[in-house]
Order: sequence, then structure tokens, then C-alpha cells
Amino acid sequence: MTGTVPTLAFWGLALLTIAGAAGVALSGHMVRSAFSLFAALFGMAGIYALLQADLMAVVQLLVYVGGISVLVLFAVMLTSGIGRVGTDNPSHRPIGGLLVLLAVLIPALGLAFRMPLGIESPADPTVAPIGDALLGRFVLPFEVVSVLLLAALVGAVNLARGWRRDPEERPSEEGR
Amino acid sequence: MSVGLPHLMFLSAVLLALGLYTMVTRRNAVAILMGVELVLNAGLLNLVAFSRFGRGIDGQVFGVFGVVLAAAEAVVALAIVLQVFRAMRSVDASRADRMKE
Repeated sequence: MTGTVPTLAFWGLALLTIAGAAGVALSGHMVRSAFSLFAALFGMAGIYALLQADLMAVVQLLVYVGGISVLVLFAVMLTSGIGRVGTDNPSHRPIGGLLVLLAVLIPALGLAFRMPLGIESPADPTVAPIGDALLGRFVLPFEVVSVLLLAALVGAVNLARGWRRDPEERPSEEGR
Repeated sequence: MSVGLPHLMFLSAVLLALGLYTMVTRRNAVAILMGVELVLNAGLLNLVAFSRFGRGIDGQVFGVFGVVLAAAEAVVALAIVLQVFRAMRSVDASRADRMKE
């Protein structure tokens, strides 16, 4: 990406993404963390669009922003502690977390800044080549992933539906 | 001014570190899952960046697979979290240490 406007757009989106990730990591309130995750995933979709990875940008918007973050929001709302602002998202061992953060960040940044700038491949639309690859060279992983999705769907429904601990126990009104 | 691989790797490294920080410090299981999502996104950004600045489309194909796997992981993990919440009235990961009551 060269030129002023794409560079500014990149840094704006990067700032949005990092701010969102920092909100997830640091906010003491679960709902705020969830919406920060929303912002981070949205920023990532923008960066994919900026990288001219159009299919990845759309998939990120549909699956991550539209699907996973709504699912996370549901999980936040369905589990307890929403009323107890400030204590519903407890964190512990911040020193250990900080050590892990630095231990990962410093080598990763060292590697990142030793990268060559790279040469962009021409900005062709990627949807058709990805479709060709999915039904050509990658057809076996494609089928395996579809079976995995089916298994995950059935498994998740089965898990969330719950089961009775005792077959003789009568189903109670409020769940299970 | 231009943006190249180092800048994308920088963003990816920060996301990875913040995701790991979230996973290490949180006690709420849903928050730990959010950390996992951040780490996965850092990895996906790497795949797309190397595909864009390298040759071929394979990185993005792999990225699409990665998103699908992340969706499957999130669905199953959140179902488990809801079930744990039903059983123990809490999503505190350090309290869910019994396989069976």
C-alpha cells in the first residue's frame, strides 16, 4: 500500500483494532469487553478490505462480526453478573499476564520489524481464484470442513439443549 | 509513506499479545474465549498479509478455513460455557474444576 490515504486508513483501522483488543483485555465490565471485541473484529475486516482481500473481508464481516461476536454477546447476557459492574469480569495475576504479554510481544515485534517491506501482488479480485482453489486443489479440506461444521452444529445443539442427570428425574420448568 | 509487511506484523503481534494477556488474566470463561478469538485473528491477519505480499492465493484460502474453524470452536465452546453455567451458576474458570458433581 503506497500513498497517503491508504496509509492513513491503515493506521486508523489499526488503532481501532488495537483499541478494541485493549478494551477486551483491560475492561472490567463484561459487556464492554464484548463490544470492544466487536470493534476489534470490525477493524480487522477493514484491514482485509484495505489489503484487497475482498473475500476475507466479507467473510470476516459475516462470520466474525455478524456471527461470533453476537454469539459472545448472547453468552455474556445469558451468564450471570451483568448487574455487578466492575466485578463481573474479574482478572487475576496481572503481573503474570504482563510478563506473558512482554515475553510474546518483544520477540514478535523484533521479528516484525526485521521483515522486508514486501512486494504487493497485483490487486486482482480474489473471489474467483479462491473459489477455484476451494473446488480444485483444496476440495478435500473443503469437504472435511463441511463435515466438521455439521458435527459442530449438532454437537452444540446437543450440548446447549442439556440432558437430564437422572432418567427418572422429571424435567424442571426452568431449564435443563 | 507506505504500508508493508512489518506494519501488518506489528498489528498482528500486538493482537496476539493482548489476546494472550486476556487468556492468562481472565477468570470469566467467556472473556477467555474472547482472548482466543483475538489470538485467532492475529493468526488470520498473518495468513492474509503473507498471501497479499507473497505469491498465490493459498494464504487466503487457508484464512477462510481458519474463520470456519473459529466459528465452529466458538459455537461449541459457548455451548459448553452455558452448560457449565447451568450446572454451577458461575462461569468462573477457576471454579469449574470438577468433572462430575
